[in-house]
Amino acid sequence: MTGRRLQEPLGTRLDRARRIGFEFNGRPLSGFAGDTLASALLANGVQLVGRSFKLHRPRGIFSCGVEEPTGLVDVGAGAQRTPNTRATLVEIHEGLIASSVNCWPSVGFDLAALNNGFSALLPAGFYYKTFKWPGWRVFEPSIRRLAGLGRASGERDPDRYEELSAAAEVAVIGAGIAGLSAAVAAAEAGAATVLLTSSAAPGGSLGWRAGPDRQRVADLAARAAALGVKLLTRTMAFGIYDHNLLCAAESLPAGTQAASAGRLRERLWKIRARAVIAATGAFERPMLFPDNDRPGVMLAAAADKYAQAYGVACGGRVVIAANSDSGYAVAASLRAAGIDVAALIDRRPPSDIAASQPGLRIITGAAISRVFGRRSVRGCTIVAADGQGIRPERIDCDLILSAGGHAPAVHLHTQAGGRLRWVDDCAMFVPEGHTPGLASAGACAGVFAMEDAAGHATELGRALARGQAAPAAPVGGAGRSLAAAYMPNVRGKQFVDLQNDVAVSDVGLAAQENFRSVEHLKRYTTTGMGTDQGKTSNVNALVLMGEFTGRHPGQVGTTRFRPPFAPTSVGLLVGRRVGELYRPLKRLSAEDWHAARGALFENFGNWRRPAAYPLAGESLDAAAQREAAAVRRTAGLLDGSPLGKLEIFGPDAAEFLDLMYVGTLSNMRIGQARYGLLLNEHGVVMDDGIVARLGAQRFWVNTTSAGIERSSAAFEEWLQCEFTSLKVLVTPVTSRWGNLTVAGPEAWNWLAAAGFDPALAPQRMAHMTMQECELDGVELRVLRASFSGELGYEINLPDAASHALIERLWALAPRFGAVPYGIEALEILRTEKGYIHVGTDTDGTTLPGDIGFGRAIERKAANFVGRRSLLTPAARDPGRLQLVALLPTDRRTRLPVGAQIAARPPPTLTEGHVTSSYHSPELGMPVALGMLARGSQRLGERVRVHHLGSRIEAEVVKAPFVDPAGERLK
Amino acid sequence: MMHIPCPWCGARDENEFVCGGTSHLQRPALDVSDEVWGAYLFFRDNPKGVHLERWRHVHGCGQWFNAARNTLTHEILSVYRMTDPVPQ
Ligand SMILES: [Zn+2]
Repeated sequence: MTGRRLQEPLGTRLDRARRIGFEFNGRPLSGFAGDTLASALLANGVQLVGRSFKLHRPRGIFSCGVEEPTGLVDVGAGAQRTPNTRATLVEIHEGLIASSVNCWPSVGFDLAALNNGFSALLPAGFYYKTFKWPGWRVFEPSIRRLAGLGRASGERDPDRYEELSAAAEVAVIGAGIAGLSAAVAAAEAGAATVLLTSSAAPGGSLGWRAGPDRQRVADLAARAAALGVKLLTRTMAFGIYDHNLLCAAESLPAGTQAASAGRLRERLWKIRARAVIAATGAFERPMLFPDNDRPGVMLAAAADKYAQAYGVACGGRVVIAANSDSGYAVAASLRAAGIDVAALIDRRPPSDIAASQPGLRIITGAAISRVFGRRSVRGCTIVAADGQGIRPERIDCDLILSAGGHAPAVHLHTQAGGRLRWVDDCAMFVPEGHTPGLASAGACAGVFAMEDAAGHATELGRALARGQAAPAAPVGGAGRSLAAAYMPNVRGKQFVDLQNDVAVSDVGLAAQENFRSVEHLKRYTTTGMGTDQGKTSNVNALVLMGEFTGRHPGQVGTTRFRPPFAPTSVGLLVGRRVGELYRPLKRLSAEDWHAARGALFENFGNWRRPAAYPLAGESLDAAAQREAAAVRRTAGLLDGSPLGKLEIFGPDAAEFLDLMYVGTLSNMRIGQARYGLLLNEHGVVMDDGIVARLGAQRFWVNTTSAGIERSSAAFEEWLQCEFTSLKVLVTPVTSRWGNLTVAGPEAWNWLAAAGFDPALAPQRMAHMTMQECELDGVELRVLRASFSGELGYEINLPDAASHALIERLWALAPRFGAVPYGIEALEILRTEKGYIHVGTDTDGTTLPGDIGFGRAIERKAANFVGRRSLLTPAARDPGRLQLVALLPTDRRTRLPVGAQIAARPPPTLTEGHVTSSYHSPELGMPVALGMLARGSQRLGERVRVHHLGSRIEAEVVKAPFVDPAGERLK
Repeated sequence: MMHIPCPWCGARDENEFVCGGTSHLQRPALDVSDEVWGAYLFFRDNPKGVHLERWRHVHGCGQWFNAARNTLTHEILSVYRMTDPVPQ
């Protein structure tokens, strides 16, 4: 047991009166309220928490925050399990269950032999190389088993996530001394201010350090609250997007809520802020030495925080490996906490060192050349950094701390488009000025001196609140650090990126193989990828690349930091848009009636519609056949309410419709209706439908059910953007009007029996006309049209009245042998008639000439949308795909939709494909439509249809298959 | 996500809008050459800097309008009506 608890006042975050029981890798453990999983594990002496991603090396807790590369755990059980959370951020609560990620077969099982073998096999770029030789498949099974991180539950997440939008004049991210100072100043200047901190409480490092400065930040926090600053705790700002949209994830820990399943787990904040101040602090840069990834090697500032905030001594005897003055402060802090610091090994020459400490053994110009212990640290060997002047010495210890300097958290600054500059003497990147929307304060701006940080942040908060320019940051206070701090000529891997198992040698290999650009380096070695996105590794990696290629780190540059700053759960982004709300379905107002008739519902577009009404024991196909046959023999009723409906008004309505449609509509008489094809400017068929004239300046437009949105959008765009002088109003009325289609030889008799106006009788009302009339006071717009080829009436009526009319008709159905029919029967009927379904038979290349409308275009004198594109050589090419009717030569085999038509079996050039295919109940054989090169010239030809290795002979025949003379429509 | 000032509704989030691409294109007459027609259909400038483009507040008032947007910074310099002339 290495870890132990320290006495109060250490452990400022803890409530020692409340013990919390939890489980890690099946082992019951306990901690205190206020502990993170990491601090509780360390207090319990658990050092080994996982295995590395690629090499399966034992790993422990490395940091104390969001930058954690190795302490990854799956939290929760069953459907609530969340993979790849950082143990350093998980607050423990009673009953918490956590387990290591990627620990096949178990965390303690050592695959040492395999490791060594694999280590040689897995250099940088390994994956890419296997693609060339001998083939990725050779390695894939074993790598997949060993590599990878946590597992998703695979079950539906029972918890809830929500999204909130907010506005602020000034948003401050980070509630350390800089963030608090900025927020207070902004609020004092009168700005509506919001302050975000990922911690459970404001204060930053001064807030958790046992000492006099705690009161100072507590006073600032109280002042902010009194000024009305909105404080969001446990809220991680993960992205700054265009026009200062700040996105943040608020986590609501399980311990603060009563119910477990179905609780609100996270909240997405979308804050539109006039000005954003980043005060996100800095990360510590690790030292590079052999086996610097062992459990028991960690960041110095992390060990300090574990002692101060959580009252945990991470080790009993400590060696600090430093390249920065900050190591001295940690040494002092640990010693004051009663922890034995065996030595501070400073890699820098004495001339660089500003700090000192009486009574502490300090060895300058030295570094660690070896670490003893595999699964926990037992000691290290110290040598001269330049190989001279110091005799190698073994020092026993159980904790090695790494204090390599600072890496300001510049992520939000670069997300906002800001540039960076390299500060050579302290070896760090700092923001170069401010961006228009975001300014940095405190350590993330490179301002490490506390009073400078507080002063600058105050000025910044005041200036941005008043809309003034942001004052420049007084960068400094970090002391000197060396940039390149790896150990040359020693044995053992020196890890740069602990999460991705990238060592100094891998960066060297990338340089040697000429992957020198920082973006290539990242992709070739995978450094900076994964859940930590290189928060502890990026600077070291590019400093090394500079060292290996003779460049300054500023010349190597950094990869662009992109959102999210830290991993966000999918649940957070999805919010409430799951299940029924993922894509809300449109429902028929008579849905209950259809359901009572046994409708089998399917989603067509966004509509939930009856596909068919199977009888007991009947299949969908059989039901559709029966329904289609009944429409041809007697009558059927289709709920066509989803049909797109528009009303077009205005003195120029007729002229506008002539511009929009292939057909001429302006010369229709009132009451007349015509079929129309809607093209886009490329001449491609977008939609089709029927236009009826209701008055001199009033038209009714039916679009397809799926095409209503694109059709009405096209109408609006052309009206508002191109034909701006036309006086026309387009009103979408799809949901205002229900639509019941009655079709079949008995259609009129059925309607007449139901009391419909005798003026609608087929003898008095011509095909393709519309009449406005009433039925018992309900207004109707009845269109005589047919998509089935049978006598048909499309009865449009107020949607709320459609259920009642269905009931009224249904009561009379037995007298006429009428049935309700669904979409499947409709598809059979229209295919038998050779009517196209836009989007099924046509695609994004289909021109009107390809589907038989060439003559209509030649006849029309006026211009219309898409016309010029139909005059190009490509549009007039006789070899284009054209609509054809197809029959299998054996009259038995159904031609599969999507099957290719070609003279020879594939691979070969295709001549076309099958687009619609059904068994025809009328003909007793399969029928099909397709698109075929030169199709209109190939009537009677035999073609070969290929499908999944089989070949079907077919004939090009004349359409339609049923009632070619159209006598049933008379 | 940009915050786009609809001339009719005020500033709204970008996901309420659709972008219709470059504005102020002159639609050629029917009798132009295939080259001129092809250029109108397919060829667009891709400026780094100010771009005059049209947007529709589709999940709002439904109106199209023009915007002058800097493609580098996403700053929206002005919005104006479809029938307004090219701004200076
Ligand atoms: Zn609007």
